[in-house]
Amino acid sequence: MIRFAGVFKAYPRGSLALKDVSFHIAKGEFAFLTGHSGAGKSTVLRLIHAEEFPTSGEVRVSGFLTADLTSREIPRLRRRLGIVFQDFRLLEDRTAEENVAFALEVTGARRATIAPKVMRVLAQVGLAAKAAAYPKELSGGEQQRVAIARALVNDPLVLLADEPTGNLDERATRGVFQLLRDINAAGTAVLMATHDLDLVRQAPYRVIELQQGALVYDSGADGGPETDAGAGAAS
Amino acid sequence: MNLALREALLAFRRMPLLSVLSVTTIAFALFVVGLFGLVAINLRGALAALEERVEIIVYLRRGTPVETATLAITDIETFHEVATATYVSEDEALSRARRELAEFQGVFADLRANPLPASIEVRLKPGFRSAEHVNAVAERLRGFRFAEDIRYGREWIEKLDRLRDVAALVGLTVGAAFAIASVIIIGTTIRMGVLHRGREIAIMRLVGATDGFVRRPFLLEGALKGALGGAAAVGLNHAAFFTVDRLLFDAAFFDPAWVAFIVLFGTALGLLASAASVRRHLGSPTS
Repeated sequence: MIRFAGVFKAYPRGSLALKDVSFHIAKGEFAFLTGHSGAGKSTVLRLIHAEEFPTSGEVRVSGFLTADLTSREIPRLRRRLGIVFQDFRLLEDRTAEENVAFALEVTGARRATIAPKVMRVLAQVGLAAKAAAYPKELSGGEQQRVAIARALVNDPLVLLADEPTGNLDERATRGVFQLLRDINAAGTAVLMATHDLDLVRQAPYRVIELQQGALVYDSGADGGPETDAGAGAAS
Repeated sequence: MNLALREALLAFRRMPLLSVLSVTTIAFALFVVGLFGLVAINLRGALAALEERVEIIVYLRRGTPVETATLAITDIETFHEVATATYVSEDEALSRARRELAEFQGVFADLRANPLPASIEVRLKPGFRSAEHVNAVAERLRGFRFAEDIRYGREWIEKLDRLRDVAALVGLTVGAAFAIASVIIIGTTIRMGVLHRGREIAIMRLVGATDGFVRRPFLLEGALKGALGGAAAVGLNHAAFFTVDRLLFDAAFFDPAWVAFIVLFGTALGLLASAASVRRHLGSPTS
């Protein structure tokens, strides 16, 4: 579903952020993306949601070759992905419920369908009772749950999480991680960038490790052929 | 569309001070443009009234038969610039002078013979009252053998022409300068709004909003601010007109089509400025 093939990424006036990175994430898989700060984890995620494009090599997401995406196709790709960040990126002047609904509204979803969907995902992340709370009234862990609910509301194929527990205490970290595991168990693939090795050791998931832009370890490298179902718009 | 409108209205609530500031600046910019428009309208009205009085007088040689003059009038009235041509006999000229120049009653009483010549007064059609046309008609009138002298206040007609040209030029220049200033001001306020909401825009794009979807609320916001500013400018202009009309002289105000045009112009300026601002912002990568 996500395939990197010989990807190099250079930023203007910067060194190489990624060097010849190749891996494949299958549907429904859970994978950790680990490495020190600056190893290239965030770049990998940015390449997946088409905020950046490879300097050379190929990035395919859900059948889309990202380099070939038109500006109209990029939003369509992003609607198939759920994205969660370390800093939550919630809108401060909207309630939890409104923050989640926002992700549906921008896709042009019918208003009647929005409220039930929002309540369903808020219940899924355990925040149904705090739907009317503003972000500043919520704890860090709760804010991250709202962000996860927002990422889930469009039924994504994969959830991209960029250091989702980086700003949380241990208890909240455990809660959010468990939530991501539950989401994965329900069938959504999860790619989680983290440098929290304790967390990585807690679960028997695949680990992809980057070091200075190069892939140095991949516990789940199979090298097998891609067998994505539903890969529609490959060029 | 509903969401875009809601977002645009929300922008007013989120940043009331900035919104009031932008509407006020647009209103004042358009108010100044409108003032020049009002001056132009009233100047045009005054000039038209003055031009009404533009006439060419052909003084006839003494002894020119009335029949000759009447024939000439028929001829003159066929000139495409000419509205009317009227014969004024010597006697008529004298009685008119007696009537109009009352302070010279004594002089007129002593007259043994009428010193005033007969004349033909030629009035021109609207649109043919400029110095150029007046000169052309006067030249042709000079061709009549019975024409002794031709008077038409050439100098003030030319001055009038120049005054109108200068007024039009000043109005256009200052109007254009203020229109450009309004675009810059509106563009800046919208840009401040865009930057203020940069985080929100980045999030919108992250969750799959199209560029069009991101732009729409800002465009609507700009258009709304422009329309409000335009409406406020019409109100201010009306207050100015009302004051002048009450206290100084009878003035004219914009007709409804012009009022609609000012509001539409404000809307278009707001739209244009926000489109430019938003395009610039969305052109850069999100953080």
